[in-house]
Amino acid sequence: MASEHPRANLPTLSLHVPEPKFRPGDAVDFAAVGIPPAGEARRPDTAAHPGDFTDLAYTLVRVLDDDGHAVGPWNPRLSPDMLRKMLRNMALLRAFDERMFRAQRQGKTSFYMKALGEEAVAVAATHALDPDDMCFPSYRQQGILITRGYPLVEMMNQIYSNRGDKLQGKQLPIMYSARDHGFFSISGNLTTQYPQAVGWAMASAAKGDTRIAATWCGEGSTAEGDFHSACTFAAVYRAPVILNIVNNQWAISSFSGFAGAESTTFAARAVGYGIAGLRVDGNDALAVYAATLWAAERARTNQGPTLIEHFTYRAEGHSTSDDPTQYRSAGEPNAWPLGDPVRRLKDHLIGLREWDEDRHAAQDKELADLVKAEQKEAEKNGILGHGLHQPLDTLFDGVFEEMPWHLKEQRAQMLAEETASGRPWDRK
Amino acid sequence: MNMIQAINSALDVMMARDPDVIVMGEDVGYFGGVFRATAGLQEKHGKTRVFDTPITECGIIGVAVGMGAYGLRPVPEIQFADYIYPALDQLVSEAARLRYRSAGEFISPITVRSPFGGGIFGGQTHSQSPEGIFTHISGVKTVIPSTPYDAKGLLIAAIEDNDPTIFFEPKRIYNGPFDGYWDKPSQNWSKHPAGEVPTGYYKVDLGKAAVVRAGEAVTILCYGTMVHVCIATCAELGVDAEIVDLRTLVPLDIETIEASVKKTGRCLIVHEATRTSGFGAELSALVQERCFYHLEAPIERVTGFDTPYPHSLEWAYFPGPVRIGEALKKIMKDA
Repeated sequence: MASEHPRANLPTLSLHVPEPKFRPGDAVDFAAVGIPPAGEARRPDTAAHPGDFTDLAYTLVRVLDDDGHAVGPWNPRLSPDMLRKMLRNMALLRAFDERMFRAQRQGKTSFYMKALGEEAVAVAATHALDPDDMCFPSYRQQGILITRGYPLVEMMNQIYSNRGDKLQGKQLPIMYSARDHGFFSISGNLTTQYPQAVGWAMASAAKGDTRIAATWCGEGSTAEGDFHSACTFAAVYRAPVILNIVNNQWAISSFSGFAGAESTTFAARAVGYGIAGLRVDGNDALAVYAATLWAAERARTNQGPTLIEHFTYRAEGHSTSDDPTQYRSAGEPNAWPLGDPVRRLKDHLIGLREWDEDRHAAQDKELADLVKAEQKEAEKNGILGHGLHQPLDTLFDGVFEEMPWHLKEQRAQMLAEETASGRPWDRK
Repeated sequence: MNMIQAINSALDVMMARDPDVIVMGEDVGYFGGVFRATAGLQEKHGKTRVFDTPITECGIIGVAVGMGAYGLRPVPEIQFADYIYPALDQLVSEAARLRYRSAGEFISPITVRSPFGGGIFGGQTHSQSPEGIFTHISGVKTVIPSTPYDAKGLLIAAIEDNDPTIFFEPKRIYNGPFDGYWDKPSQNWSKHPAGEVPTGYYKVDLGKAAVVRAGEAVTILCYGTMVHVCIATCAELGVDAEIVDLRTLVPLDIETIEASVKKTGRCLIVHEATRTSGFGAELSALVQERCFYHLEAPIERVTGFDTPYPHSLEWAYFPGPVRIGEALKKIMKDA
């Protein structure tokens, strides 16, 4: 309750509750976002002291300019083959997302999450890592798996929780796990993977290994306590880890202001921890690649962690269970000043005369057909809801390495009850 | 050895045997731990295997989970069990589920050591017994030793186990067994047979209870400090109780419990933790389900009260000989 004796000589206090600029129905003008020109940000030595990154935490590392030219000190000077590979993986991710989103709408699975507009963040970063570096992703970095050549049909099997699902239907769709592809098991609990990635990197360093770790979280998730503990550990032990923040402006319905963006950048968090911090145009595949390669070299040479804020925009709803038109202007995705990552890389390649619109359209068709064919293969293993795809008793497997008596008892009881009930659980 | 030395010895033995075992936590490195459990380990095994951490329990456990995923066998310490709560998300949502959710691709072979329990004037935040929180979680094992011999053998078994284990060390009996008579001089492990601890490697299997006193009249299920309080109380009252030290709460040694209660027909459950939804409730339910037709009296529970752990009223709260004695008299009334 407010004080019964307010002091007349003091102004009354007021609570600030952040509010996004645009709500449904509002006209969108992103002029205030303030995008620095491409090529402007300096590229420090990978051994630079963590105290020397303050300016880089408040600007944007950008390589591709408005005309699609690669400019400035961060230009990674990739070969046309490499650029085409990156473009293909980004387009494949988009095609995959499109198909799986539709599969959910068709009732073939319970849930899906797209990465529309954020394709560069995962794909370009993965191209800059070594294949055996360990990734601790959140749920929106399926681009890592696609870039590392994880079979699409395996991803779909997981999404369908079908007979082919390596996770035996135990996990919600998109919560992949692919150890052989350096892809850590995804958890529903936000940012828990951050200290885990730091621990993995510390273990690699303690064992004299050469592999590094990379992790990703959204800007909304930086508010979790685990983010703070991970940054503290990473800095204290100079862990060989890359801490990626995907600032896509939205955490479900909450705009980035609720994670602190009104007063600072997310890259600037690094300054206080004593971690090298970079803020990158997340829709610029070359900038993401260059920053990741830089951070990887820093980690590999025992110079410690790097925190990278990828400034991007979540062009789609949070998930298939979300309707963004309820909380933001429908005009936002198209008005986003950093554009579309796939189009920007495509324009760059076309400008180099290494690509053209016809080839791009043909590739899109090829990728759509590829995804469709893989989907057909996956659906041979069943889709969610069409009967049980795993033997009933697998429910109890893997809680512990060896099943203790109480789980064996529960399993036996379940099977006995199901048998007695006469329910057709064996339907496939 | 006292229990601290036994735990120190277990860590030393395992670090020497397995280069993947690492010890981490607040003050565990150079200083050797606020209870001295890790004394000398950093000097012997090096700073990259025994190290101090920032004061962040969620960080300590989160980092340990990542190290476990890499292939190490971390033994993180949480300074007091009362401070394990910031790490609950990492323990419950991550360590406990990692094997299940990844269908065995990743595991979490971590052993979380933490001093627990009361009887030391620790007040609200240096006395708690939160084992019931962890026994409720699928995928973690919960172990509580009551002697130096068991502490070393169980800790070695926990470190070798590929599942995450919560290892609660009753700090009241670090230096000697405690019979609940707080106003008498404290005892020392050197005069207790379980203070005889081999210096080398040995294991006490997880999931196996110990019958520390065979008897015919009543079964007492207990663990940690309470084992010694129960032994002393029964001796004092001349009750021919069968005292079962559970040692591992999950997985529980149900065979030993069942055989004992079917023999005695009576059951008393004793723990320091608060009563409601405490582990005693699970024990009582299991005994009732499995030994119903053998029971000759209602199952009794002597536990901490459903209050935060008090400071000045500690000995009113602590399940000591008086409270245990009254419960035994009640159970044995019609015998």
